[in-house]
Amino acid sequence: MPYIDPHTHMISRTTDDYEAMAAAGIVAVIEPAFWIGQARTNVGSYRDYLSHILGFERFRASQFGIQHYCCIGLNSKEANNEALAEDVMQILPEFASKEGVVAIGEIGFDEQTALEEKYFRLQLDLAREMDLPVMIHTPHRDKKRGASRSMDIIMEHRLAPQRVVIDHVNEETVREVKERGFWAAFSIYPHSKMTAPRMCEIVRQYGAGQLIVDSACDWGISDPLSVPKTAMLLAEQSISDNDVHRVTYANALTAYGQSGQMREADWATAAIDQRARYDGNTVLRGGQDPRVEADN
Amino acid sequence: MSTTTDVTQRITLLRDWLAHRLAAEQLAWIDEQCTRIATSPAGSALPVAIGLASRRTGKQPLMLSDEERAAAEAARPGLDTSAWSVEQVARILFVLASYAGAEDSFAARLGARVRSGEIGEQVALYHGLPLYPQAVSVLATAAEGIRSAVQPIYEAVAHRSPYPSEQFSEAMWNQMVVKALFIGSTLAPIQKLDERRNADLARMLVDYAHERWAAGRTVSAELWRCVGPFGDRYMDDLLRVFESPSNVERQSAALALSECPDPDALVVLESDPALWRNIRNGRLDWHTLKQA
Repeated sequence: MPYIDPHTHMISRTTDDYEAMAAAGIVAVIEPAFWIGQARTNVGSYRDYLSHILGFERFRASQFGIQHYCCIGLNSKEANNEALAEDVMQILPEFASKEGVVAIGEIGFDEQTALEEKYFRLQLDLAREMDLPVMIHTPHRDKKRGASRSMDIIMEHRLAPQRVVIDHVNEETVREVKERGFWAAFSIYPHSKMTAPRMCEIVRQYGAGQLIVDSACDWGISDPLSVPKTAMLLAEQSISDNDVHRVTYANALTAYGQSGQMREADWATAAIDQRARYDGNTVLRGGQDPRVEADN
Repeated sequence: MSTTTDVTQRITLLRDWLAHRLAAEQLAWIDEQCTRIATSPAGSALPVAIGLASRRTGKQPLMLSDEERAAAEAARPGLDTSAWSVEQVARILFVLASYAGAEDSFAARLGARVRSGEIGEQVALYHGLPLYPQAVSVLATAAEGIRSAVQPIYEAVAHRSPYPSEQFSEAMWNQMVVKALFIGSTLAPIQKLDERRNADLARMLVDYAHERWAAGRTVSAELWRCVGPFGDRYMDDLLRVFESPSNVERQSAALALSECPDPDALVVLESDPALWRNIRNGRLDWHTLKQA
């Protein structure tokens, strides 16, 4: 069964991860712009980061037969550096209009400060102008209130909830997200956020219609195989094949496909071609035979 | 040195190609972007137009007609658009539309666009290298392209373009050729490959072959094309390749020997009369050599 992992920070992952993800059936990943583990000090490094996830990272993914898409945005942590945030807002329209950008994201709240709210609102307007879906990061601390506030603000800015994915949802927030008509995405982490057994319960209780599973794998302890592992567990727990397919593939495609930048044909016809090699920071070290599949 | 007149002519050339391939409303969008870009070359109109081009025009291959190709050759000798697509023409057109005369910081703007571009945009902007004004001023940007580990980006600079042979120093040229082998690309599409052969490049390539052989690996048969004229220094290596069980390697060594100044080269070639005859009558050359 093919899978989509609609929330990955591949810039922090190894080629071993890419190989394992491809072997497990992941055909496409989405890389939302986010914090990189420490604060950036100027717009130049932000610009380089955005062009890196749109450029070299996408090429790296393609070496393993994985289609790579991006979300473009100013994350909530760095929204608190007003000078940086002002500069980043100036460059976002340029990056948001590029090929392969499927949403504005991940944006929302971290500490729920006034500055976070200001730049969250500005980016919701940008999403409407650019006609792009939105990926919302809900805060780890004070999550329930932060999620509610995020949804209130989105409705204030007149975005259609079916074009917005609320991410890092849990048992406490799922009901409101679903009832208000948003997509509810669950980040399955080994030690935090959400676990696969709890995910089974949520699918049983709420149905598969609006739910999306992702790994949110990044530079921390996280599992890039969360989506296929969760799919297996759901199947073992007698969740129907169709529902498993919806939460680990079809719903993400429907939500982010609204950008017009992500289509099943992008990977259904793509052949793996590792002949496009690297050197220096090489992907295929000398002596390894490239894996090449005939384009059918 | 290209003048504003040249840029205007090239804008007309590219716009004509689009006019024959796009619907009226698509062309209207292109013209509207060009106007906005020309009004404010340093503004956001250029990056946004470059970004949106592919979804506005589609990515179909350009495939110029014979007449269009002849006109292109007249306007810019050496221009080869065989690997271009329609959205790339639009993107190059937008960059040209931002040119505001000799005092303009066109090169800096191009560099910034390339550095912030996703792969498709970078390939397009690098394809445009032969068309930009003040060719010398965009050399640093071209150099970035041949440093790239992303094969399509490297090839957008190095392959099917008159720019590298016209502008690259010997050191840059040599790095470009060697880099092609390192990233698994090919040499045949490099324009003026034969004309720009040099002793230093031959030495670098032979050193590279030795390194690969020592590790029990093979090298691309194309490598010997750049060694032939300096083959008198590397007769042992050419002989080794000539005696290879691989037909392609044997043929490549024979082609190199046919250009080799060492008198012994002829003796070696005459040991395989059929092969030598194929080279002499032009049936075998670097373009007909089957790449393994």
